[in-house]
Amino acid sequence: MSFSLLILTGVLFAAGSYLLMERSLTRIALGVGVLGNGVNVLIVAAGSSPAEAPIIGRVGELTDPLPQALVLTAIVIGFALLSFVLALAWRNWTITENDEVEDDVEDRLITRRDSSSAKSTDERHREDVSP
Amino acid sequence: MTTLLSLVVLLPLIGAATALVFRPRPVQRTLSFVTLGTSLVAATSVLVDAWSNDAMHVVRMGGWPGSFAITFVADRLASVMVVIALTVTLLVLVYSVGQKSAGERSAFYHPVYMVMSAGISQAFLAGDLFNLFVAFEILLMASYVLLTLEGSDAQIRAGTTYVVLNVIESMVLVTAVGLIFAATGTVSMAELPARLAALPDGTRIGLQLLLLVAFGIKAAVFPLFFWLPDSYPTAPSSVSAVFAGLLTKVGVYCLIRTQTLLFPGELNDLIVVVGALTMALGVLGAISHTDMKRILSFHIVSQIGYMVFGLGIGGTAAIAATIFYLIHHIPVKTSLFLVEGIIERDSGSSSFDAVSGLARRSPAFAAMFLVPALSLAGLPPLSGFLAKFAIVRAGVDSEQWVAVAVALAVSLLTLVSMTKIWVGAFWGDVEPAASVGVGILRRHALMSMATALVVVLSLAIAVGAGPLYDFANKAAEQILDVAGYVTAVKS
Repeated sequence: MSFSLLILTGVLFAAGSYLLMERSLTRIALGVGVLGNGVNVLIVAAGSSPAEAPIIGRVGELTDPLPQALVLTAIVIGFALLSFVLALAWRNWTITENDEVEDDVEDRLITRRDSSSAKSTDERHREDVSP
Repeated sequence: MTTLLSLVVLLPLIGAATALVFRPRPVQRTLSFVTLGTSLVAATSVLVDAWSNDAMHVVRMGGWPGSFAITFVADRLASVMVVIALTVTLLVLVYSVGQKSAGERSAFYHPVYMVMSAGISQAFLAGDLFNLFVAFEILLMASYVLLTLEGSDAQIRAGTTYVVLNVIESMVLVTAVGLIFAATGTVSMAELPARLAALPDGTRIGLQLLLLVAFGIKAAVFPLFFWLPDSYPTAPSSVSAVFAGLLTKVGVYCLIRTQTLLFPGELNDLIVVVGALTMALGVLGAISHTDMKRILSFHIVSQIGYMVFGLGIGGTAAIAATIFYLIHHIPVKTSLFLVEGIIERDSGSSSFDAVSGLARRSPAFAAMFLVPALSLAGLPPLSGFLAKFAIVRAGVDSEQWVAVAVALAVSLLTLVSMTKIWVGAFWGDVEPAASVGVGILRRHALMSMATALVVVLSLAIAVGAGPLYDFANKAAEQILDVAGYVTAVKS
C-alpha cells in the first residue's frame, strides 16, 4: 500500500469532517464532496496492490478489479448525494436568504421554557445542534 | 421462485421509471399499486415457502459464480421482513392517496416512493456488504426526496439535519466496507464469517465498531438518535409513518445480521448497555414534549432500545424475541403515525394544546389510536405485551437485571406518555368547536380505512402470536446457524 495515498486519505477525511461541522450549507456540501473522495481513495489504496491494469489479454501480475468496480459505484452515489445537498442549499437560500442551518423550532421552544438560565442554555444549544 | 425474488426489487424500480415517463396522476397511482401489489404477491409466495421449508432462496444476478455476483438471499427473517415492509408500504400508499398532501400531488412522489420500496426490500435481501451499502443509498436517496418534497421552510431545515447525518452514516458504512474488503479480500456475507474469524482481535473489533456505528445511526440508538425526533415530524404524515415503521427497522435488521452472521457473540455487553440507554432516553424525551408527532418520534427511539437489548442478550430465545418485536413494532408504529396524520389533517395541528375531545367526536377513531398505543406500552393481550414479555423473559434468563428493570420502567413511562396523548387529544371538550358533530371517519374515509387495516394487521399479529412466535424461533435458529447460511449461499 502506498504511504502517500494513506496520508492523502487522512487529510481528505480530516478536511471533510471539519467542513461537515460548519453551519453553512455550502461548506457542508463541500465537506460531503471531500469526505466522499477520501473514502474512494481509501478503498482503492487499501483494497488493491499496484500492478498491471486488469484487462483481458494483459500478461503478468494484474491488480484486483473489484475495488475499482466498488469505487465506481461509490463515485456515482457520491455525485448524486452532492447534487442533492447542493439543491437543498439552493432551496434553503431562496427561502431564508441565508446559507445557515437554523435551530430546530421545538428545541428553541424548550430552550425558551427554561427561562432561569435562558442565555447560557441558548449558547450551549447552538453548539449542540450543529451537524 | 428465484425469479420471484428478483422481481421484488426489480418491479418497483421498473414501475418508478415508467411512472416518471407517464406523468398523469391516475396512471402513476395505478402503476404504484400494481407494482407494489405484485411485489407483495411475489414476496408472499417466497415467505410461504420459507415458512415450511428449511431451504434458503439464493439468487445470483446474471448467473455469475460465487462472490462475484450480486447475491440476494431470502432466509426466513429476510422474507418475513420483506412481506411486512411491502404490506405496510402498500397500505400507506392508500393512505397517502386519501391524504392529498402537497407531496403526493407532486409528479415525483410515486416514482420516489417505489424506489424507496425497492431499496428497503434490497436491504433485507442483500447477500453482500457492498450490495447492502447500495441498497441503503437507494432507500436513503428516496427518503431525502420524500422528506423535502414540499420544500417548505421547516422541511428544508429538518431535511438538512437528516441528510447530513445520513451522509455521515453512508461514509462510515462505505469506509467499513472498504476496510473489510482490504482486510479479508471479500464483501460476500457467505465468505466473511470464516475470514473475519481469522483476523487479529483488534482489527476485527475495529471493523465491527465501524459497522455498528453506521447501522446504529440508521437505527437511531443511543447516542446516535438525536437526528430522528428532529426530522421525522416535519414530513407529511404518510411519509413519516413509513419512515417510522420501516427505515429505522432496516437499521435494526442490519444490526441483527452483523451481530449474528459476521461477529457472532462479540461486544454483546456493549450492545445491552446501548439498548438500555436508548430505551430510557427515548422515553424521557417523549415525556417532555407536547406535540404528538414529537412524542411518537421519541417513542421510536425508545422502542428500538428494546430490540437492541434483545439482540445484545444473544441466544436463540432472545433473538426470536427480537425478531417478534421487530415484526410487531412495524404495524403498531405506522398506525400511530397514521392516526396522528388524520388528526392533523382534521384539525390542522398535531399539538394537543389545540386539539381535544376526539373520543366524544368519534369513539371508533379513538379506538384506532388506543389499540396501537396500548400495544406500544405493552398491555396484554396485545402484541406489544407478548413482544415485551419475550424480551424481558430472555433478559431474566440471562440475568441482565439492570437492563430488565430499565425495560419495565420504560414500559410504564410509555404508558404514561400515551395516556398524556389520550387525555390531551381524546378527552375533554370538543375542540376546535366548529367541528362538533362532524364524523372524522367519514370525512377522511380512505385515510381511515388504510389506518384501520394497519391496526387490524397489528391485531392479527396478537391473534396469530402462537404460530408467528414459532416462526420467529425457527428464523432465529436459522440466522444463528452461520455454517448453514454459508453452505446454502455458496453452493
